[in-house]
Amino acid sequence: MSSPRDVVISGIGLVSSLGEGPDAHWQKLAQPGPRPVLEATRFAPYTVHPLPEIDWNLQIAKRGDQRQMETWQRLGTYAAGLALDDAGIKGNDELCATMDMVVAAGGGERDEAVDAAILAASESRNDRDVLLNEKLTTELRPTLFLAQLSNLLAGNISIVHKVTGSSRTFMGEEGAGVAAVETAAARIRSGQSTHILVGGAFQTEHSDMLLGYELAGYLHRGPWKPVWQRQGTEGGGVVTGSGGAFLVLEQREHAMSRGRKIYAELGPVVSGRARRPRGELDAEIAALLKQAALPNGKLLTLSGASGAHAATTAEKAALDANPAIAARGFSTLTGHMKEAQFPFAVALAALAVDRKAAYPVFDAAAETPFEGVPQSVLATAIGYHQFEGMALVNAA
Amino acid sequence: MANLRDHMGRPIVAVTGIGVVTSLGVGKSDNWAALTSGKSGIHPITRFPIDQLNTRISGMVDFLPSSSKGASPLTYELAELAGLEAVSEAGLDSSDFGGPLFLASPPVELDWAERFSLYNSDKDKDDTAAERLLRVARSLKELDIFETTQFGSIAGRLADRLGTRGLPITLSTACASGATAIQLGVEAIRRGECDRALSIGADGSATAEALIRFSLLSALSTHNDIPEKASKPFSRDRDGFVLAEGSGALVLESLETALARGATILGVLGGCGEKADDFHRTRSKPDASPAIAAVRAALVDAGLGEDEIDYVNAHGTSTPENDKMEHLALSTVFGERIGSMPVSSNKSMIGHTLSAAGAVEAAFSLMTMRESVIPPTINYDNPDPAIVLDVVPNKKRNAEVRTVLSSSFGFGGQNTCLVMAREPV
Repeated sequence: MSSPRDVVISGIGLVSSLGEGPDAHWQKLAQPGPRPVLEATRFAPYTVHPLPEIDWNLQIAKRGDQRQMETWQRLGTYAAGLALDDAGIKGNDELCATMDMVVAAGGGERDEAVDAAILAASESRNDRDVLLNEKLTTELRPTLFLAQLSNLLAGNISIVHKVTGSSRTFMGEEGAGVAAVETAAARIRSGQSTHILVGGAFQTEHSDMLLGYELAGYLHRGPWKPVWQRQGTEGGGVVTGSGGAFLVLEQREHAMSRGRKIYAELGPVVSGRARRPRGELDAEIAALLKQAALPNGKLLTLSGASGAHAATTAEKAALDANPAIAARGFSTLTGHMKEAQFPFAVALAALAVDRKAAYPVFDAAAETPFEGVPQSVLATAIGYHQFEGMALVNAA
Repeated sequence: MANLRDHMGRPIVAVTGIGVVTSLGVGKSDNWAALTSGKSGIHPITRFPIDQLNTRISGMVDFLPSSSKGASPLTYELAELAGLEAVSEAGLDSSDFGGPLFLASPPVELDWAERFSLYNSDKDKDDTAAERLLRVARSLKELDIFETTQFGSIAGRLADRLGTRGLPITLSTACASGATAIQLGVEAIRRGECDRALSIGADGSATAEALIRFSLLSALSTHNDIPEKASKPFSRDRDGFVLAEGSGALVLESLETALARGATILGVLGGCGEKADDFHRTRSKPDASPAIAAVRAALVDAGLGEDEIDYVNAHGTSTPENDKMEHLALSTVFGERIGSMPVSSNKSMIGHTLSAAGAVEAAFSLMTMRESVIPPTINYDNPDPAIVLDVVPNKKRNAEVRTVLSSSFGFGGQNTCLVMAREPV
């Protein structure tokens, strides 16, 4: 039963190694045997899924704005622009000025050359704190700080796209994306908001972004493998990808009164934090599956599994335990996009519902086919290290 | 029988616990004593060398075990201390809080101390710095360094320590973060998602690099000679903010459940308002319209008219731009009355605690109402003639304060305002 206060998805903005926009992603992913785009040499021994060619001018008109950002913020601002365009909100001053925003963000890129010079000098100096002052005061670009600040992705979206109803930035890897979608949906359901921009971006092609995983040995090394097949291989199992995903979530009544296309309805969004060192992850995933109010019958599931050995093993076991679930591990094709992972999963789920077709298997050895029209699709993000979330996406 | 619903039919949100740490000390009692006696916590920097630095003073918290251990450990300790004080004052189990956690904290990065030590622990000269760090990183046996680089880890540790429920939310709205953390808690209770929430703002990120970054943006005061005089909001010779650390925590609770368990009601979180600015990454729209909209939204949310605010706890950073913009916003909203309304800035004494500021200042706002004492704006020796405000200059003032507006404005166009009341209206 639909209700005027349902949360619907009325805009999708996607960027990944596969391309940009919902159509390009559907075309690539709906073909049998989709192939990943891989970059195996630049960051060897790590493989990443690199950004596609992007003409930033298409969503960030002013060169001055582009110069104020590094790639991460540009990517997010670009993906946000795609979603706003898709929802027919971009350029509509009134809708933008009343639009709320929740961005899931990490940090931006440091200046690798400055850092490398400081580290090199540190080999021959013991007064490293003084060295830092010397180098940082003279070599840092003043505006780089703004390109690194977590909340400045949202800030740039306000500046470039004029989204100014409100602006909040959530941090915390995949959990930030889960909480952003969950909070946005709750605001719409309670009547606090009529339309919200929510999403995130991750730019993995920077050594610090890899270091954020590798300090705990989470990255996969050696020849690339699909996300479900990395157990027992060299490294920690995660292959990262650059990408961004933004959604326009809208109150059903609001979207309908604008005469907009609705991709899908966003059903329950659930989240949790298992105390993993105490072995709670299996039970937490099971509890979330229960809370997500899964429908009867076959269920297509867009899994955000990262490949991280422990988390992915637990998720795989939980999904396999339910024979109705046909999982698609999209990280096989996009890589792991951290804060953007959950919004990306929800977007792919909405696309399948909208196109009335399931994705073919992304990994024939580990996934099972899904026949028929998916009425509801589950999206998951079980964090590589912490935090868990799921959402059920239903036909509009 | 108290009214348990607000003017919009939502559960009234009460405050039942308050915690605070600043450079003035740990806990409400020490902080309040210092704040009301006009004492400054700003002091010379000793945590790292000051060679080459234009700014050599700060409001760092230098007296905790984690003060020299890096941004993540110190931010955690600050958050834990404030959280424990608040939960314990609320009379709740400090290891089983039983509601969600909203944490405002600074973005995290690998500290330089760790970067140096990882890099220099391996002398293979043939690789780049980035390659070497990655190679050393993957052989680490402990997760300690890794955890300092995960944006969700401080909240995760707090969730374990305090027994909060569910996925903790870590957020950043720059210098408005603390206020946003409170707003998220208020909203969760109003939506009926929980009966109580713990909102914490904590910031222990005053590293050399942070100081240099703000310095390069010309945001910091360089009045190094008399540190306690450097932060002078609304003064003609103000020249930037003073970087500082601290934490503030509030236990928020639906009035109904708070009364039902016999909790002491310390105040009411009546309204929250926000509005983003699309003008510039660091500067506010010259007409102050987003700040004005945020103040008005908070008043509307609280169901109060402009004439019903008794006191403004200003953002008052002591930068030339903020204080001018804030005056324009307040005088636009409150009209002629602004000249006779007390408006003071805690930052004159504690500096700018960044991600914590909104929470720290909400804590002080609530105490202002409870104690009927308004903390002063110190260092107000040279008033800016363009900013005509009653800043409660230099000395505390005894006054009945029933309602407070607390403002927070940040880089990235962040504007968040809170309206608090002494009693449920």
